[in-house]
Amino acid sequence: MHDKTARLTTDEYTQVAPVVRLVIALLVSAVAAGLAYAVSSLPLVTTGLQEAVAEQMAQSGVSHPVTAVLLNFRGYDTLLEMGVLLLALVGVWSLGSAPSSREPPPGAVLEFLTRFFAPLMILIAGYLLWAGAHAPGGAFQAGAVLGASGVLLLLSGWHLPASLAGWPLRLTLVAGLAVFAAVAAGVMWTGASLLEYPPQWAGGLILLIEAAATLSIGATLAALFLGGRPEDSP
Amino acid sequence: MTPVLLYALTGLGLFSLGLYALIVHAHLLRKILALNVMGSGVFLVLGGLARRVPQGAPDPVPQAMVITGIVVAVAATALALVLMLRVRAATGRTVLPDRQSD
Repeated sequence: MHDKTARLTTDEYTQVAPVVRLVIALLVSAVAAGLAYAVSSLPLVTTGLQEAVAEQMAQSGVSHPVTAVLLNFRGYDTLLEMGVLLLALVGVWSLGSAPSSREPPPGAVLEFLTRFFAPLMILIAGYLLWAGAHAPGGAFQAGAVLGASGVLLLLSGWHLPASLAGWPLRLTLVAGLAVFAAVAAGVMWTGASLLEYPPQWAGGLILLIEAAATLSIGATLAALFLGGRPEDSP
Repeated sequence: MTPVLLYALTGLGLFSLGLYALIVHAHLLRKILALNVMGSGVFLVLGGLARRVPQGAPDPVPQAMVITGIVVAVAATALALVLMLRVRAATGRTVLPDRQSD
Protein backbone atom coordinates (compact mmCIF):
# COMPACT_ATOMS: atom_id res chain seq x y z
CA MET A 1 0.00 0.00 0.00
CA HIS A 2 2.78 2.35 0.95
CA ASP A 3 4.60 1.49 -2.25
CA LYS A 4 1.56 2.16 -4.35
CA THR A 5 0.94 5.57 -2.81
CA ALA A 6 4.54 6.56 -3.33
CA ARG A 7 4.46 5.42 -6.94
CA LEU A 8 1.26 7.33 -7.61
CA THR A 9 2.77 10.49 -6.19
CA THR A 10 5.81 10.33 -8.42
CA ASP A 11 3.54 9.37 -11.30
CA GLU A 12 1.74 12.66 -10.92
CA TYR A 13 4.80 14.59 -11.96
CA THR A 14 6.51 12.44 -14.52
CA GLN A 15 5.89 9.03 -15.91
CA VAL A 16 8.70 8.73 -18.42
CA ALA A 17 11.97 6.92 -17.89
CA PRO A 18 15.25 8.89 -18.11
CA VAL A 19 16.12 7.22 -21.42
CA VAL A 20 12.79 8.22 -22.93
CA ARG A 21 13.25 11.72 -21.59
CA LEU A 22 16.63 11.91 -23.30
CA VAL A 23 15.06 10.82 -26.59
CA ILE A 24 12.29 13.40 -26.16
CA ALA A 25 14.90 16.08 -25.41
CA LEU A 26 16.79 15.16 -28.59
CA LEU A 27 13.60 15.24 -30.68
CA VAL A 28 12.57 18.61 -29.22
CA SER A 29 16.09 19.92 -29.89
CA ALA A 30 15.72 18.81 -33.50
CA VAL A 31 12.40 20.68 -33.73
CA ALA A 32 14.07 23.73 -32.16
CA ALA A 33 16.97 23.54 -34.61
CA GLY A 34 14.59 23.29 -37.55
CA LEU A 35 12.58 26.26 -36.34
CA ALA A 36 15.75 28.27 -35.68
CA TYR A 37 16.91 27.52 -39.22
CA ALA A 38 13.55 28.62 -40.59
CA VAL A 39 13.57 31.87 -38.59
CA SER A 40 17.18 32.76 -39.36
CA SER A 41 16.62 32.17 -43.08
CA LEU A 42 13.93 34.86 -43.12
CA PRO A 43 15.05 38.18 -44.60
CA LEU A 44 16.39 40.43 -41.85
CA VAL A 45 14.88 43.56 -43.33
CA THR A 46 11.45 43.50 -44.88
CA THR A 47 8.57 45.91 -44.98
CA GLY A 48 6.09 43.16 -44.18
CA LEU A 49 2.59 44.58 -44.19
CA GLN A 50 3.71 47.93 -42.76
CA GLU A 51 3.36 49.73 -46.09
CA ALA A 52 0.05 48.13 -46.94
CA VAL A 53 -1.31 49.29 -43.57
CA ALA A 54 0.18 52.79 -43.93
CA GLU A 55 -1.46 53.21 -47.36
CA GLN A 56 -4.93 52.49 -46.00
CA MET A 57 -4.61 54.35 -42.68
CA ALA A 58 -6.65 57.31 -43.95
CA GLN A 59 -9.63 54.98 -44.52
CA SER A 60 -9.44 53.34 -41.12
CA GLY A 61 -11.01 56.01 -38.87
CA VAL A 62 -8.16 55.87 -36.32
CA SER A 63 -4.54 57.01 -36.42
CA HIS A 64 -2.85 54.18 -34.54
CA PRO A 65 -1.89 51.37 -36.93
CA VAL A 66 -2.31 48.51 -34.41
CA THR A 67 -5.85 49.61 -33.56
CA ALA A 68 -6.58 50.03 -37.26
CA VAL A 69 -5.44 46.45 -37.92
CA LEU A 70 -7.31 45.03 -34.92
CA LEU A 71 -10.65 46.74 -35.37
CA ASN A 72 -10.76 47.49 -39.08
CA PHE A 73 -8.39 45.70 -41.46
CA ARG A 74 -8.43 42.42 -39.56
CA GLY A 75 -11.71 43.03 -37.76
CA TYR A 76 -12.83 39.51 -38.59
CA ASP A 77 -10.11 38.04 -36.33
CA THR A 78 -11.12 40.29 -33.46
CA LEU A 79 -14.81 39.55 -33.94
CA LEU A 80 -14.15 35.82 -33.75
CA GLU A 81 -11.84 36.34 -30.79
CA MET A 82 -14.65 37.94 -28.82
CA GLY A 83 -16.57 34.77 -29.61
CA VAL A 84 -13.68 32.64 -28.31
CA LEU A 85 -13.64 34.61 -25.04
CA LEU A 86 -17.37 34.13 -24.60
CA LEU A 87 -17.09 30.42 -25.44
CA ALA A 88 -14.34 29.95 -22.85
CA LEU A 89 -16.56 31.54 -20.23
CA VAL A 90 -19.56 29.43 -21.29
CA GLY A 91 -17.30 26.40 -20.96
CA VAL A 92 -16.22 27.42 -17.45
CA TRP A 93 -19.79 28.15 -16.38
CA SER A 94 -21.07 24.87 -17.78
CA LEU A 95 -18.69 22.98 -15.49
CA GLY A 96 -20.41 24.17 -12.36
CA SER A 97 -21.00 27.13 -10.11
CA ALA A 98 -18.23 29.16 -8.53
CA PRO A 99 -16.64 27.51 -5.49
CA SER A 100 -18.32 29.11 -2.52
CA SER A 101 -15.39 28.89 -0.12
CA ARG A 102 -15.39 32.24 1.62
CA GLU A 103 -12.00 33.79 2.05
CA PRO A 104 -11.11 35.23 5.42
CA PRO A 105 -11.51 39.02 5.48
CA PRO A 106 -8.49 40.73 3.93
CA GLY A 107 -5.92 42.58 5.98
CA ALA A 108 -6.01 46.34 6.40
CA VAL A 109 -3.29 46.86 3.77
CA LEU A 110 -5.08 44.96 1.00
CA GLU A 111 -8.36 46.60 1.87
CA PHE A 112 -6.85 50.09 1.77
CA LEU A 113 -4.93 49.43 -1.43
CA THR A 114 -8.02 48.01 -3.13
CA ARG A 115 -10.06 51.07 -2.22
CA PHE A 116 -7.25 53.20 -3.55
CA PHE A 117 -6.50 51.24 -6.73
CA ALA A 118 -9.92 50.13 -7.97
CA PRO A 119 -11.19 53.59 -8.99
CA LEU A 120 -7.78 54.45 -10.40
CA MET A 121 -7.73 51.27 -12.52
CA ILE A 122 -11.18 52.02 -13.90
CA LEU A 123 -9.95 55.51 -14.82
CA ILE A 124 -6.87 54.02 -16.52
CA ALA A 125 -9.07 51.57 -18.42
CA GLY A 126 -11.12 54.49 -19.70
CA TYR A 127 -7.98 56.35 -20.74
CA LEU A 128 -6.51 53.31 -22.52
CA LEU A 129 -9.77 52.84 -24.40
CA TRP A 130 -9.76 56.45 -25.57
CA ALA A 131 -6.03 56.55 -26.31
CA GLY A 132 -6.27 53.46 -28.52
CA ALA A 133 -7.37 55.62 -31.45
CA HIS A 134 -4.02 57.39 -31.71
CA ALA A 135 -1.53 55.69 -29.36
CA PRO A 136 -0.80 52.25 -27.92
CA GLY A 137 -3.94 51.16 -26.09
CA GLY A 138 -7.37 49.98 -27.05
CA ALA A 139 -10.08 47.59 -26.04
CA PHE A 140 -7.88 44.66 -25.02
CA GLN A 141 -5.50 46.64 -22.87
CA ALA A 142 -8.36 48.54 -21.27
CA GLY A 143 -10.31 45.31 -20.79
CA ALA A 144 -7.30 43.65 -19.17
CA VAL A 145 -6.94 46.53 -16.67
CA LEU A 146 -10.67 46.43 -15.98
CA GLY A 147 -10.51 42.66 -15.49
CA ALA A 148 -7.55 43.05 -13.15
CA SER A 149 -9.47 45.56 -11.04
CA GLY A 150 -12.30 43.04 -10.86
CA VAL A 151 -9.87 40.33 -9.74
CA LEU A 152 -8.43 42.67 -7.12
CA LEU A 153 -11.92 43.40 -5.80
CA LEU A 154 -12.78 39.69 -5.71
CA LEU A 155 -9.52 38.96 -3.87
CA SER A 156 -10.33 41.53 -1.23
CA GLY A 157 -13.64 39.86 -0.43
CA TRP A 158 -16.02 41.80 -2.66
CA HIS A 159 -18.92 39.88 -4.18
CA LEU A 160 -21.04 40.77 -7.14
CA PRO A 161 -24.43 41.72 -5.65
CA ALA A 162 -26.95 38.96 -6.36
CA SER A 163 -29.21 41.46 -8.14
CA LEU A 164 -26.47 42.05 -10.73
CA ALA A 165 -25.39 38.43 -11.13
CA GLY A 166 -28.30 37.52 -13.40
CA TRP A 167 -29.24 39.39 -16.55
CA PRO A 168 -27.08 42.51 -15.97
CA LEU A 169 -23.90 40.40 -15.80
CA ARG A 170 -24.88 38.26 -18.77
CA LEU A 171 -25.73 41.31 -20.88
CA THR A 172 -22.36 42.86 -20.05
CA LEU A 173 -20.57 39.66 -21.00
CA VAL A 174 -22.35 39.39 -24.36
CA ALA A 175 -22.32 43.14 -25.18
CA GLY A 176 -18.89 43.12 -26.85
CA LEU A 177 -19.65 40.32 -29.27
CA ALA A 178 -23.23 41.50 -29.84
CA VAL A 179 -22.30 45.11 -30.64
CA PHE A 180 -19.39 44.01 -32.83
CA ALA A 181 -21.53 41.54 -34.76
CA ALA A 182 -24.36 44.07 -35.08
CA VAL A 183 -22.00 46.72 -36.49
CA ALA A 184 -20.27 44.18 -38.73
CA ALA A 185 -23.60 43.10 -40.21
CA GLY A 186 -25.19 46.57 -39.99
CA VAL A 187 -22.75 48.18 -42.41
CA MET A 188 -24.03 45.75 -45.05
CA TRP A 189 -27.21 47.92 -45.28
CA THR A 190 -25.07 50.61 -46.91
CA GLY A 191 -24.08 48.15 -49.62
CA ALA A 192 -20.67 47.43 -48.16
CA SER A 193 -19.51 43.92 -47.33
CA LEU A 194 -19.23 42.46 -43.84
CA LEU A 195 -17.07 44.62 -41.52
CA GLU A 196 -16.42 47.19 -44.26
CA TYR A 197 -17.07 50.39 -42.30
CA PRO A 198 -17.86 53.52 -44.32
CA PRO A 199 -14.70 55.66 -43.87
CA GLN A 200 -16.59 58.71 -42.53
CA TRP A 201 -18.18 56.66 -39.72
CA ALA A 202 -15.26 54.31 -39.08
CA GLY A 203 -13.85 56.26 -36.10
CA GLY A 204 -17.17 56.38 -34.26
CA LEU A 205 -18.03 52.77 -35.03
CA ILE A 206 -14.61 51.58 -33.81
CA LEU A 207 -15.02 53.55 -30.57
CA LEU A 208 -18.50 52.05 -30.09
CA ILE A 209 -17.21 48.50 -30.66
CA GLU A 210 -14.19 49.08 -28.44
CA ALA A 211 -16.26 50.51 -25.60
CA ALA A 212 -18.56 47.49 -25.58
CA ALA A 213 -15.62 45.11 -26.03
CA THR A 214 -13.73 46.70 -23.11
CA LEU A 215 -16.68 46.15 -20.76
CA SER A 216 -17.15 42.58 -21.97
CA ILE A 217 -13.46 41.66 -21.84
CA GLY A 218 -13.09 43.09 -18.34
CA ALA A 219 -16.21 41.33 -17.07
CA THR A 220 -15.22 38.07 -18.80
CA LEU A 221 -11.71 38.03 -17.34
CA ALA A 222 -13.01 38.73 -13.84
CA ALA A 223 -15.74 36.10 -14.28
CA LEU A 224 -13.16 33.56 -15.51
CA PHE A 225 -11.19 34.23 -12.33
CA LEU A 226 -14.25 33.22 -10.29
CA GLY A 227 -13.88 29.76 -11.82
CA GLY A 228 -17.58 29.05 -12.21
CA ARG A 229 -21.07 30.39 -12.61
CA PRO A 230 -21.88 32.97 -9.92
CA GLU A 231 -24.93 32.15 -7.83
CA ASP A 232 -27.95 34.21 -8.87
CA SER A 233 -29.83 33.58 -5.66
CA PRO A 234 -28.43 34.91 -2.39
CA MET B 1 23.37 38.78 -34.04
CA THR B 2 20.74 41.43 -34.57
CA PRO B 3 18.15 42.19 -31.87
CA VAL B 4 15.48 40.80 -34.18
CA LEU B 5 17.17 37.41 -34.32
CA LEU B 6 17.92 37.50 -30.61
CA TYR B 7 14.24 38.01 -29.75
CA ALA B 8 13.07 35.45 -32.30
CA LEU B 9 15.56 32.79 -31.17
CA THR B 10 14.78 33.44 -27.49
CA GLY B 11 11.13 32.97 -28.36
CA LEU B 12 11.99 29.68 -30.08
CA GLY B 13 13.92 28.61 -27.00
CA LEU B 14 10.90 29.29 -24.77
CA PHE B 15 8.67 27.43 -27.21
CA SER B 16 10.99 24.39 -27.21
CA LEU B 17 11.35 24.35 -23.41
CA GLY B 18 7.58 24.49 -23.13
CA LEU B 19 7.16 21.71 -25.69
CA TYR B 20 9.57 19.46 -23.77
CA ALA B 21 7.82 20.12 -20.46
CA LEU B 22 4.42 19.53 -22.07
CA ILE B 23 5.51 16.06 -23.20
CA VAL B 24 7.49 15.00 -20.15
CA HIS B 25 5.27 16.12 -17.29
CA ALA B 26 2.09 14.26 -16.53
CA HIS B 27 0.74 16.70 -13.95
CA LEU B 28 -1.93 18.79 -15.64
CA LEU B 29 -0.94 22.05 -13.96
CA ARG B 30 2.55 21.63 -15.37
CA LYS B 31 1.11 20.90 -18.80
CA ILE B 32 -0.99 24.09 -18.63
CA LEU B 33 2.06 26.10 -17.54
CA ALA B 34 4.08 24.53 -20.35
CA LEU B 35 1.46 25.54 -22.91
CA ASN B 36 1.62 29.10 -21.58
CA VAL B 37 5.41 29.17 -21.90
CA MET B 38 5.06 27.91 -25.49
CA GLY B 39 2.53 30.65 -26.19
CA SER B 40 4.81 33.32 -24.75
CA GLY B 41 7.59 32.04 -27.00
CA VAL B 42 5.37 32.41 -30.06
CA PHE B 43 4.41 35.95 -29.01
CA LEU B 44 8.09 36.83 -28.59
CA VAL B 45 8.87 35.48 -32.09
CA LEU B 46 6.02 37.56 -33.56
CA GLY B 47 7.10 40.67 -31.63
CA GLY B 48 10.70 40.22 -32.71
CA LEU B 49 9.92 39.63 -36.37
CA ALA B 50 7.64 42.68 -36.44
CA ARG B 51 10.75 44.85 -35.93
CA ARG B 52 12.33 43.90 -39.25
CA VAL B 53 11.03 47.01 -41.01
CA PRO B 54 13.67 49.33 -42.53
CA GLN B 55 12.42 52.41 -40.65
CA GLY B 56 9.47 53.71 -38.71
CA ALA B 57 7.17 51.88 -36.33
CA PRO B 58 7.22 48.06 -36.31
CA ASP B 59 4.84 46.09 -38.54
CA PRO B 60 1.43 46.50 -36.84
CA VAL B 61 -0.05 43.21 -38.08
CA PRO B 62 2.04 40.84 -35.91
CA GLN B 63 1.47 43.18 -32.94
CA ALA B 64 -2.28 42.95 -33.43
CA MET B 65 -1.98 39.15 -33.62
CA VAL B 66 -0.07 39.10 -30.32
CA ILE B 67 -2.71 41.23 -28.58
CA THR B 68 -5.43 38.91 -29.84
CA GLY B 69 -3.38 35.87 -28.89
CA ILE B 70 -2.70 36.96 -25.32
CA VAL B 71 -6.38 37.38 -24.52
CA VAL B 72 -7.23 34.03 -26.08
CA ALA B 73 -4.38 32.39 -24.14
CA VAL B 74 -5.67 33.81 -20.85
CA ALA B 75 -9.21 32.63 -21.56
CA ALA B 76 -8.03 29.18 -22.66
CA THR B 77 -5.84 28.89 -19.56
CA ALA B 78 -8.79 29.70 -17.30
CA LEU B 79 -10.90 27.04 -19.04
CA ALA B 80 -8.04 24.53 -18.77
CA LEU B 81 -7.61 25.22 -15.06
CA VAL B 82 -11.31 24.69 -14.37
CA LEU B 83 -11.23 21.45 -16.39
CA MET B 84 -8.17 20.39 -14.38
CA LEU B 85 -10.05 20.98 -11.13
CA ARG B 86 -12.92 18.87 -12.47
CA VAL B 87 -10.53 16.03 -13.34
CA ARG B 88 -9.10 16.31 -9.85
CA ALA B 89 -12.57 16.22 -8.28
CA ALA B 90 -13.68 13.28 -10.42
CA THR B 91 -10.60 11.03 -10.24
CA GLY B 92 -8.70 12.31 -7.21
CA ARG B 93 -5.59 12.74 -9.36
CA THR B 94 -4.34 15.63 -11.42
CA VAL B 95 -3.19 13.55 -14.38
CA LEU B 96 -5.07 12.35 -17.40
CA PRO B 97 -6.16 8.73 -16.89
CA ASP B 98 -4.55 7.50 -20.09
CA ARG B 99 -3.50 4.08 -18.82
CA GLN B 100 -6.09 1.43 -18.15
CA SER B 101 -4.16 -0.64 -15.61
CA ASP B 102 -2.60 0.96 -12.56
